[in-house]
Amino acid sequence: MEYEAIIGLEVHVQLKTQTKLFCGCPIEYGALPNSRVCPICLGLPGALPSPNKQAIILTIQTGLMLGSEIAPRGKFDRKNYFYPDMPKNYQISQYDQPLCKGGAVQLYPLAFPKDAQKDPQAQSRKKIRLVRIHLEEDVGKSFHFGDYSGIDFNRAGTPLMEIVSEADIRSPEEAFAYLTALRQILRYGNVSDCDMEKGQLRCDVNVSVKPIGEEKWGTKCEIKNLNSISAVRKALKYEIQRQIHILELGGEISQETLRWDDLKGQTFPMRTKEYAHDYRYFPDPDLLTILTEGELIEEAQKRIPELPEEKKQRLSQHYGLTEYQASVLASDPQLADFFEKAAAQSANKVSVANFLINDYLAVASESETAIPIPPEYFSELSNLVDQGKLHMKQAKEIVKLMVTEKKSPTLIVQEKGLAQITSLDTLDAICKEAIEANPKSVADYRSGKTAAINAIKGYVMKKTKGQANPKIVHELLEKKLHELG
Amino acid sequence: MNLFEYTISELRRLLVRKELSPTELTEALFSRIAEVEPKINAYNYINHERAIERAKTVNVDLPLGGIPIAIKDNINVRAEPCRCASKILEGYLSPYNATVIEKLIKAGAILVGRTNMDEFAMGSSTENSATGLTKNPWDLQRVPGGSSGGSAAAVASHEAFCALGSDTGGSIRQPASFCGCVGLKPTYGRVSRYGLTAFASSLDQIGPLTKTVEDAALLLEVISGFDPNDNTSEKMPVPRFSELLETLSLKNMVLGVPKEYFIEGIDGEVREAINKAIAHFESLGAKIEEVSLPHTPYAVATYYILATAEASANLARFDGIRYGRRSKHYEDLLDYYGKTRDEGFGSEVKRRILLGTYVLSSGYYDAYYLRALKVKEKIKQDFSSVFKKCQALLTPTSPFCAFRIGEKSNDPLQMYLADIFTIAVNLAGICGLSIPCGQSTEGLPIGLQIIGPAWKEEVILALGHLYQKSTGWKPPIPPLEKT
Repeated sequence: MEYEAIIGLEVHVQLKTQTKLFCGCPIEYGALPNSRVCPICLGLPGALPSPNKQAIILTIQTGLMLGSEIAPRGKFDRKNYFYPDMPKNYQISQYDQPLCKGGAVQLYPLAFPKDAQKDPQAQSRKKIRLVRIHLEEDVGKSFHFGDYSGIDFNRAGTPLMEIVSEADIRSPEEAFAYLTALRQILRYGNVSDCDMEKGQLRCDVNVSVKPIGEEKWGTKCEIKNLNSISAVRKALKYEIQRQIHILELGGEISQETLRWDDLKGQTFPMRTKEYAHDYRYFPDPDLLTILTEGELIEEAQKRIPELPEEKKQRLSQHYGLTEYQASVLASDPQLADFFEKAAAQSANKVSVANFLINDYLAVASESETAIPIPPEYFSELSNLVDQGKLHMKQAKEIVKLMVTEKKSPTLIVQEKGLAQITSLDTLDAICKEAIEANPKSVADYRSGKTAAINAIKGYVMKKTKGQANPKIVHELLEKKLHELG
Repeated sequence: MNLFEYTISELRRLLVRKELSPTELTEALFSRIAEVEPKINAYNYINHERAIERAKTVNVDLPLGGIPIAIKDNINVRAEPCRCASKILEGYLSPYNATVIEKLIKAGAILVGRTNMDEFAMGSSTENSATGLTKNPWDLQRVPGGSSGGSAAAVASHEAFCALGSDTGGSIRQPASFCGCVGLKPTYGRVSRYGLTAFASSLDQIGPLTKTVEDAALLLEVISGFDPNDNTSEKMPVPRFSELLETLSLKNMVLGVPKEYFIEGIDGEVREAINKAIAHFESLGAKIEEVSLPHTPYAVATYYILATAEASANLARFDGIRYGRRSKHYEDLLDYYGKTRDEGFGSEVKRRILLGTYVLSSGYYDAYYLRALKVKEKIKQDFSSVFKKCQALLTPTSPFCAFRIGEKSNDPLQMYLADIFTIAVNLAGICGLSIPCGQSTEGLPIGLQIIGPAWKEEVILALGHLYQKSTGWKPPIPPLEKT
């Protein structure tokens, strides 16, 4: 029997604000434990929360970028449960009036894992719908040392945005693509850096399986706290197989909360007690209703940049790029900007794009986000090729040198003596020599075998160590051969 | 006349004219405290040294320059305990000042110490305190009321010139009434709650307890105003309350008397004293009109749902993880929470946490919490429609005078009814003032409550001031004896 998976994701995104959600403490990753805390984020008696307007604006902006409906009135609620890393033993979150409702994330081929980009599912242009986006505060971090534990409250009160998808996802690859596309939009909007190593994007996954054609959905399991996009894919792959296996043996799936062990490559049930809660949500009496209309929505709108899909279309139309080229460039807004600057001063926009995609990205370091050289280098390079001063193979070498040595292509050409020989006098002499040295090829050419010119050309190129401009050489040789009658 | 008998306004004149130094004044107060405190036990903590240090350098030209003040034990003062009269906050020192404390310091006030209260402001008699009973200065066998019983008793027995209290359902007005001093619950949002240890966040307000209405106006002026640290404080201008006291004209003024506040069970002598006060206002030219607040009977139930629901979350932070008293014997985390809270909280606090947890539980939320929110709106509407016809309301503050220690402590429901006339003011978010308006035959004070619309403190203060001026009010010196 064939099975299909039904998957929904809850993504927690740390917003890029200077300060915490309800106090003025700076957000700083890696600071000394409990050095970025105050009476408010420590939940001391009498301390009160004051909402961070920027965090609300970023959440609304996200909603607008994803096509959500922005609630005219947002409300904060208290979610009650005891845990040592939670200072107040309630979390300020949003329950029945989230800031954003609905919306969708558009999948596209490049968002899929490399090994799945050719699959039909990667070509489907599916939209994953969203249920809601809400704002809440993060908790502290527990550390366990042998017989005691410590808690760092630096992270407590950091603004988190929770993005809940509909159960529209049907495969681990789609989940991967959804997260990649979502992360791209969040980075575009400068809403979050989404650095998963720093825990800025964390993910809970709900998954069930059912035989294809069956209407009724299976029992779902939740995998908590996945902290990389590839872990989401791996965990889902494992979990779907696990559930199918149980069903095939005639068993039943029990609804449970799981955790993913990346080293073992398996999901494990969590102690169910930990999540069996009645959270007793109620409106937080310390916080006023948020009225989004007017200033907040206007500020959010001002922050919205050109989005990936729009950018892709514009790049391909304006610069005559293929969809693939436009997609690669648009995958990173910085790369796209860089391309546009370089293309502005270049006669051959497509060649600039190709140098960036095929040569630059191959040598660019993963860790460096900013491109370490000015865009003019790429315009210069493409112009040199265009003017026949470099041939393609040389240009590709020069890209590497530009990045490693941070020198302009002109300088590299000078230093390495790579410039093509374009001087007609020099080439004329060498061509003459070549004709004299290859009587057989000359005879062949004259008898109508025009391809024989290549052998003579080869002599010139060899003689000039490949630096002769092939186009000029070709023209000179033709001229001379014709002169011979 | 002894120095400790003076009112703030009288002291201000002496201090500004340099006829009295803040140090002399503070020392005089401390000798009164030394004399009276063993009988009353109004304070949980006194910082003599810090007060004197401060008195030496304070600028007397400031609005409260050189005036000593007592602070309820639930308002945070940097480097002082903030026990909220609870065992669970034993040994806790606050690292920060509440906004009202910052304002008092800026205005030149001298902090004397912290006053006793019902644990976490839950109670009406100050009997629910882990730091001992406070006695009523008019009869040491009786309670001072609560929860700001320490503040009221300290002011009434002249071991404080003024004090701050907090009022969630009557916790300033009722003890003021029991002890015979003045107590004001400002409009919700008038005074910042930042630094007030929360009981019920949507109802709590800090307010003054003083010897005269004039002093209450002075103090309110200093502590009021929008605070960016309190999202629920309002951007409303703060009138010069103390300068507006004399500007009121009773001509064309209608004072409402809500019939639901003169119920069965109200003490005869209280009823008589209130009627006399009402007649007095009439004789001064006010028009008296009977009005109706039909949802009054639901106020107590509504209050005990909303207040306990909020309290159940507000008090969750007391878990022994980060601060406060912790249990020494436990098996695991859950047991640690349980034991720490079981050992740390008194029975009334536990009762209210349980109640609040219950009304928020899934399956009960709609029936209790949500319905209570709706009734709260009805109560609010009652007041707004009544305030279209009259400028203020006159009621008793409490249905009875101070009761005996232990008399109601085993009957929570009876105790809850002590706040029956004060609770609706908090639910409606409006302002209320309690002033002394006579004594029972046993010599116990009776309080008149003047209720005003939101943001109209100047009206109820002016009415109270007029009453005190026209009746020749002098803050009396209570006997400090058992009767």
